Amino acid sequence: MPVRAARAAPEFVPRVRHPLERWLRTDRLPHIWCSGCGLGTALSAFLYALDELGWDPDTVAVVSGIGCAGRVAGYLRLDTYHTTHGRAIPFATGLKLAKPDLHVIVFSGDGDLFAIGGNHFIHAARRNMDIAVICVNNFNYGMTGGQLGPTTPVGARTTTSPFGNFEHPFNLVHLAASAGATYVARCTTLDGRRLQKALVEALSHKGFTFVEILAPCPTNYGRRNRLGEGLDELRYYREHMVIKHGADPKEADIAPGKPFLVGKFVDIQKPTYLELYQAKAREIGGEG
Amino acid sequence: MPAKTILTGVHFMNGDEAIAEGAIAAGCRFFAAYPITPQSEIAERLAWRLPQIGGMFIQMEDEIAAIAAVLGASWGGMKAMTATSGPGFSLMMENLGLAVMTETPCVIVDVQRGAPSTGLPTLVAQGDMMQARWGSHGHYEIIALCPASPQEAFDLTVKAFALAERFRVPVLLMTDEVVGHMYERVEIPPEVPVAPRRRPRVPPEEFLPFQPDPDLVPPMACAGEGYRVHVTGLTHDERGYPDMTPEAHDRLVRRLVDKIRLFPEEYTFYEEVQLADAEIAVVSYGISARVSLGGIELARKAGIKAGLFRLITAWPFPDEAIHKLAQRVKGIVVVELNLGQMSREVERAVRGLVPVHGVFHAGGRIHTPEEVFQGIEEVYRRCR
Amino acid sequence: MSELQERVAKRWKVPKGHIYVLEEFCKGCGFCVEFCPKKVLAQASHFNDKGYHPPEVVDPEACVLCGFCERICPDFAIWVEEEGKSDAG
Repeated sequence: MPVRAARAAPEFVPRVRHPLERWLRTDRLPHIWCSGCGLGTALSAFLYALDELGWDPDTVAVVSGIGCAGRVAGYLRLDTYHTTHGRAIPFATGLKLAKPDLHVIVFSGDGDLFAIGGNHFIHAARRNMDIAVICVNNFNYGMTGGQLGPTTPVGARTTTSPFGNFEHPFNLVHLAASAGATYVARCTTLDGRRLQKALVEALSHKGFTFVEILAPCPTNYGRRNRLGEGLDELRYYREHMVIKHGADPKEADIAPGKPFLVGKFVDIQKPTYLELYQAKAREIGGEG
Repeated sequence: MPAKTILTGVHFMNGDEAIAEGAIAAGCRFFAAYPITPQSEIAERLAWRLPQIGGMFIQMEDEIAAIAAVLGASWGGMKAMTATSGPGFSLMMENLGLAVMTETPCVIVDVQRGAPSTGLPTLVAQGDMMQARWGSHGHYEIIALCPASPQEAFDLTVKAFALAERFRVPVLLMTDEVVGHMYERVEIPPEVPVAPRRRPRVPPEEFLPFQPDPDLVPPMACAGEGYRVHVTGLTHDERGYPDMTPEAHDRLVRRLVDKIRLFPEEYTFYEEVQLADAEIAVVSYGISARVSLGGIELARKAGIKAGLFRLITAWPFPDEAIHKLAQRVKGIVVVELNLGQMSREVERAVRGLVPVHGVFHAGGRIHTPEEVFQGIEEVYRRCR
Repeated sequence: MSELQERVAKRWKVPKGHIYVLEEFCKGCGFCVEFCPKKVLAQASHFNDKGYHPPEVVDPEACVLCGFCERICPDFAIWVEEEGKSDAG
């Protein structure tokens, strides 16, 4: 019988530096998110994407709405704006138009972006505003105690659907594509470098881009739907996700117990609001 | 040839257009709005003008988006404005609070029309005055100015931008349909001072983004300037970090209120007409103040010495000036196009010294001089 | 202030570098343990200050420094460092 080497004893090292530290307000860590929540992983993937892009941090601004995902802004050592519920996208629109050289990223949740903020999402996509929208979708309102949201599957139990949800959820990928987003991808927090790649593509793509990140919410959604711990939700992703690039967004519905698509759905080019505006402004005498 | 930013000279324009030109002259280069009567002339003029002078115009999907974009643009370093009427003003209330809490300079114009609800879209009223003061949730202080002519609409828009930067606040321009649509002579001066933004005076590593100067206003570091500021509508400390303690909350709310309240001489404007010998004072604002002049003339012809105290600053309310007025006259008439809003403030400031009588109309038309005159007569009878 | 650089991490030597665990950041979700392709990690029997079981290295020789533990960790509590790329103390 092979003898396993004795467990290596660790050294104790002071003044450590996490590889992402330069992007983080480390004096605010650890963050507020629950054990097993996917937000921290999504945030970390976003920071790896920024690292890969090599952008000067002073050219990046992040705007969040309200909710658990809305707290992302507060942990970033960047110009960050934690705005009102649902209004991150119009705030980001103003910021981008006032300072076109800035990379403006909206990082928020499914309830914030698609219920109270749904109108802003479709219109920013329609006008091809040059911002990237990252949506962490945990299928419910986590911070307020686990109420049903615009992505909650039919039948799912939440604190405001105690008998099961009677509403049909949005297919966010299809919604974004239909509204005019020029880049649309979906990943889960289990996707590691695949998620980083999608974020790098979305951030560097000109125009309105959208990445949906499926994430566990064990405290609220997972618990009420008997999905187990965050770990169990990730196992569920591993067993049910089907990686497919270029799929029809209409096929990207998510239903409990059924396979679901992840991958890149849309990657097109079209003129942005700013490009059209600035071209006309130059023509008529202003600088735009 | 590039378009002129300041249209120096004499113009014949309406109040809405004067607001648009006042904004441009004051350095505003970002305007976001949603169409609504009777504001649309402001948006239409800026959609035409801003692209020609290096500014940004965008028509948003609703008024909530419009004010949110304005806040974003202000943090992007631009002077920014939105304009609306009652229904849109109601939609803006939550983000007005965000502007107060995050100390975001901007200007919000409300061209008032008949209300509640859709009310009288094309007709005048002054029913949003209390909403201007208390419309957003929580306790705060606000500056609101009321022009009574297109010329003053121009001048007060310039003033509104200066106050927004001075105090790092949203400033409200509470005008009305008649002033907005009334065409008059507007003289635009050769130069208009552009109010500077208060900038950080220390390097980023020493900068505390919500650490106020001695006058309680903190310098503002905008996006992309290297200061990496966290801006939140949550109660926050000097670093901008959320602080959920009662002590931090009270400290912050008090500072946001006091930074305005402690400097009334910088924003308290009013006009006195024929008040030197007046026994009866008419207190009014906006278009109602102009109509009141006709009523005062009728009163004087009838042998009643009446005069006008015109509120140019509605908020913060000029308590001291009104209290002093009450010590000089025998009675006060308040004329406004609602059923009694600013009159409550007048009564409060008068503190029972003299009778206060309201000449109210819910809107849809302006008062007649005769109605004002009758109000003056009524108070005159009561205080003899 | 809980500045990250003031904290003390546990560090294990692995063939091509090191694995760091900042135990007080860990919320015990178990992601790193479960999804390590080489089963290098296990949940420790002891608790951290929050009452969670942080990960510990049980099979250092198996580590190929893929960094998935670092990627999947929601709490910035575990990371790997390639030999010769250290900027830690």
